[in-house]
Amino acid sequence: MMTETLPSRKAVRLRGRSFLALVLSPELPFRDWLAQLDDLARRSTGFFLGRPIVLDVAGLAITREQLADLLAELTKRNVRVMGIEGALPSILGPGMPPEMKGGRAAADIEAPDTADMAPAAKAQAESATAARFAPPPVAASLVIDQPVRSGQSIIFPEGDVTVLGSVASGAEVIAGGSIHIYGALRGRALAGSAGNPSARIFCRKLEAELIAIDGLYKTAEDLDPKTLGQPVHVWLDDTVLKTAVLGN
Amino acid sequence: MAEVLVVTSGKGGVGKTTSTAALGAALAQAGQRVVVVDFDVGLRNLDLVMGAERRVVYDLINVVQGDANLNQALIRDKRVDTLCLLPASQTRDKDNLTQDGVDRVMDQLRGMFDWVICDSPAGIERGATLAMRHANVAVVVTNPEVSSVRDSDRIIGLLDSKTLRAESGGRIEKHLLLTRYDTVRAERGDMLKVDDVLEILSIPLLGIVPESPEVLRASNLGTPVTLSDATSAPARAYSDAARRLMGQAVPMNVPSDKKGLLGKFFSRRAA
Repeated sequence: MMTETLPSRKAVRLRGRSFLALVLSPELPFRDWLAQLDDLARRSTGFFLGRPIVLDVAGLAITREQLADLLAELTKRNVRVMGIEGALPSILGPGMPPEMKGGRAAADIEAPDTADMAPAAKAQAESATAARFAPPPVAASLVIDQPVRSGQSIIFPEGDVTVLGSVASGAEVIAGGSIHIYGALRGRALAGSAGNPSARIFCRKLEAELIAIDGLYKTAEDLDPKTLGQPVHVWLDDTVLKTAVLGN
Repeated sequence: MAEVLVVTSGKGGVGKTTSTAALGAALAQAGQRVVVVDFDVGLRNLDLVMGAERRVVYDLINVVQGDANLNQALIRDKRVDTLCLLPASQTRDKDNLTQDGVDRVMDQLRGMFDWVICDSPAGIERGATLAMRHANVAVVVTNPEVSSVRDSDRIIGLLDSKTLRAESGGRIEKHLLLTRYDTVRAERGDMLKVDDVLEILSIPLLGIVPESPEVLRASNLGTPVTLSDATSAPARAYSDAARRLMGQAVPMNVPSDKKGLLGKFFSRRAA
């Protein structure tokens, strides 16, 4: 199924294409779930061989270590995971399959009794794809309703962080999305930390030690003196970190 | 049930021990049964400021390790008979303070006194975290100076995470005691002003103790400043702070020795 073709003159052609993957949704405790999986594999040898598998861990309260263990167990069983869906960015470690987003639901695939039933199941699933879009994911946000004290670190790669209070000198807030501070920002604020150039920083009073969006940063020395002590809005204009006083 | 109060600051030399002795003596003078406990194992000072250094036989470590019982280690003050001192050890180090042992001693002290005041060592390590562990009230001693303020902010964060209260989901009551305050220098901009410090730390103000030679004089005499000269500016500041700790509403001001500055009144109330 080809979904999109980018026009190109002569250079490299980039094309999008969607494939049907099997989605495995493990359940806790993993030991029991793996036993069930083994049972299924015993009944239909080679069912997982050569199939792209996406692991859906949405809603599971697991740590990075638990996820790594599960992946290792699946590898032992020749189940090759091409991507992980629904995982918090904080539990995805380096070396793990990439995060998958924007998946569209297809019909459930019947677990086969025999290996040769697989193609039929695939065909059935493909016809049922019917492009039923899943509802857009709700952006995660974290609200801190007290001051962030010196030495404290708020790390939230999943989305936006709102602080109802000040961020002290020597404290830091790191967010995957935007950062809103309804108080003075005296410490560090790093927005768009997971590679999001459209993230922004807002604060009621800018006295920051460091601000950064998507890895581009400015220290206190480089800040425009006109913005100091003011309510300020910080955004990324291409590759330039811009600041402006709010309400002007 | 006794109030367990920790006097803490993060930074050293800002007046924790002086404040512990002064507040303890003021509370005891008001008729409360008070024990001041020195947690600064290895660098004990509270015994000197309390004037009890010649009377130390057993100390906190002996009690924690079970070598002595509390009644043997407690030193009753000669001036105010509801005031006791539990000294620290000068020869041991902080590793001898075990959590279980401290838990046991604090349980016993709670049953014997109205106020257990713990004098925390500087820093954020074991001694400091053990001193704050059982507290339900904290007095954060801060000088009007940026490094002291930032260290205090760090300590407030620890009070909200490392105390038994915080671990069980509760909140610890925190008060700011601003010491070594000089109104003239603050007005000139040499020092942070009261409002600047309050804005940064955002905890209620317990008192403002002015910079005064009387503090050093009292320390060297081995007398809590509230007992040496009750009419001096720092003594009045500490007495007011102690009354606020007991829940009385006392108008906030910066006591002064100098005439003409008495009019400097801050119409702020302690929370």
